[in-house]
Amino acid sequence: MKAVSKQPYGAASSLTHRVALASQPRRQNLIALCALLPALVVFCAFWLLPFSRLIVMGAEADRSSGISAYLTILTHRQYLISLVTTVGISLVVSITAVAIAGIAGFFLARQRFFGKAVLVAILTFPLAFPGVVVGFLVIMLGGRQGALAQASLWLFGERWMFAYSLAGLFIGYLYFSIPRVITTVMAACDNLDQSLEEAARSLGANTWQVTKDVIIPGIAPALLSTGAICFATSMGAFGTAFTLGTRLSILPLNIYGEFTNYANFAMAAALSVVLGVITWIALSIARRLAGGNLGASA
Amino acid sequence: MSSSVSITLNQCSRTFAGGNTALQPLDLEVNAGETLVLLGPSGCGKTTTLRIISGLESPDNGGQVLFGERDVTALPIEKRDVGMVFQNYALFPNMSVADNIAYGLKIQRLPRGEITHRLDEVMRMVDLQGFGDRRIDALSGGQKQRVALARAIAVRPKVLLFDEPLAALDAKLRDRLRIEIGLLLRELGTTAVYVTHDQDEAMALGDRIAVMQAGRIAQLGTPQEIYHQPANAFVADFIGAVNCLEVISTRADGGLVVHGGELNAAHLQGASTVYCRPEDILVVPLDQADVSGKVVQSIFLGQTQRLLVDTGGATPLQIEAPSRQRWPEGTAIGLKLPSNVLFHPDTPATTINAKEMANG
Repeated sequence: MKAVSKQPYGAASSLTHRVALASQPRRQNLIALCALLPALVVFCAFWLLPFSRLIVMGAEADRSSGISAYLTILTHRQYLISLVTTVGISLVVSITAVAIAGIAGFFLARQRFFGKAVLVAILTFPLAFPGVVVGFLVIMLGGRQGALAQASLWLFGERWMFAYSLAGLFIGYLYFSIPRVITTVMAACDNLDQSLEEAARSLGANTWQVTKDVIIPGIAPALLSTGAICFATSMGAFGTAFTLGTRLSILPLNIYGEFTNYANFAMAAALSVVLGVITWIALSIARRLAGGNLGASA
Repeated sequence: MSSSVSITLNQCSRTFAGGNTALQPLDLEVNAGETLVLLGPSGCGKTTTLRIISGLESPDNGGQVLFGERDVTALPIEKRDVGMVFQNYALFPNMSVADNIAYGLKIQRLPRGEITHRLDEVMRMVDLQGFGDRRIDALSGGQKQRVALARAIAVRPKVLLFDEPLAALDAKLRDRLRIEIGLLLRELGTTAVYVTHDQDEAMALGDRIAVMQAGRIAQLGTPQEIYHQPANAFVADFIGAVNCLEVISTRADGGLVVHGGELNAAHLQGASTVYCRPEDILVVPLDQADVSGKVVQSIFLGQTQRLLVDTGGATPLQIEAPSRQRWPEGTAIGLKLPSNVLFHPDTPATTINAKEMANG
């Protein structure tokens, strides 16, 4: 929700700011600059300097290939596969989470029943867990000694496992994505104008048509922004992946591996930059789409 | 346009969860082609009545809603063939003006040519030609309500329902749109139910008005009947301004002694209170006055002025006087209250309640 609401307000305030600056004397600009100085210093020291260092470092020669680490990512299968896998699983997780939790969130927002508050509290509880614990939970479910393995051993005489594969990662990511989507969708549904649905129904629209023409467009900004946040979280989730196994080839684990195991700083830096840029692009696209839609409903 | 249909409510009551009764068992008949206005303060049950007619709410068990001869009680709103206009416009923000208006036509799967034809027709009727491609957020409040109106009439509904459609607009626009809606309803001849708390709107639009109070119909009648023969003190007080004169005693010759003078009203014998409208009281020389008093305040209204005259009663009398004459505060003034403008509602006992309702 945060990402959605920020956009229009931000745009409006920067506009008034610009107008104000143009019509005020220079002294005021100076005061404004002084006021901004601490923020600028912090920005430079903790963001600009390390990040530019990271970008430059990524351009240095990779230890194994001998060419620029950025180029290595694009030319070496191992890194490309890791990149595609990470983006792919994040996308699938985001879409699945939005689909499942979108429906659940809408249901929870609209229905009143006994124990609803408790149910919502339980559903959003995973937000309190760090990634390591989520990974641990997945192992309890689908690991060597997990519930599924125990059940299949008893029934069919063999251990079924999924925890240490991409499937386990998918379940883990889904686990911490769903609560985010549910809370966002519930808030968005509360803000939906009920008379829009009543108007559509008065014109003859059935439940499906009301959902398609009124409800989904109405909560689309929320779905997009929460989906983008799920994507960003999944792209960078380290704890869960690390708990499930270091053999998984995904970006956060690669960065960790290059950095600590091979001391290949150039590659670690390049992978970090790529991860950051992809996530940032996803977030800004979603923010723009959501912002545009929000403007229409205001 | 379409053959109009009557609406009948039989014993429709509505009790909400928690035992809160919004509507007492109600019988109501809206004639085919008629515009009925439901008028009352907030919480009087007018919106609930409208929603029961629309199908958005169901009456409690035993209640019955008929469109013509057809029992529609069990039908949801989407099957009732109604057009509805909301206070907050309820336009679809993700669609253009034309898509909003054509929405119901597309739901009905009308052929493309027919949709275009009807779209042109209704956009002309509400004076929105050339606005088809506009975004909803690029429209003013008045234009938005025209779009909502066009969207509701485009499907040629059996019944048109209005839920305080002008309440969100400023006064001037409200007056203009009110006139246009009135003309449109006359032209269409569709049965319409119009909810409002604004008495001017009710007077201007209603063939008949149902004044509602605390979940009941206090009076049902033409605007003239409601205004000139209010059924009780609540109606008298809610519609327009009204003076309430306490009768101190009755003379042998039939004169009613009130604060500041005596009234000649043979038809009101035995009444403890007598009512009259501010505009029916005449200012006359003191020696010809029925009642006299002192001007407490004059409020200039433009075309008239409202004088508050203290005659010794609990509240000053309100009088509508010509606006060019001046009555400074403290001036002694003579008033004539012709007997034909004095009235007495049937249930004067509810006066205090009615005042409280109107104020709250």
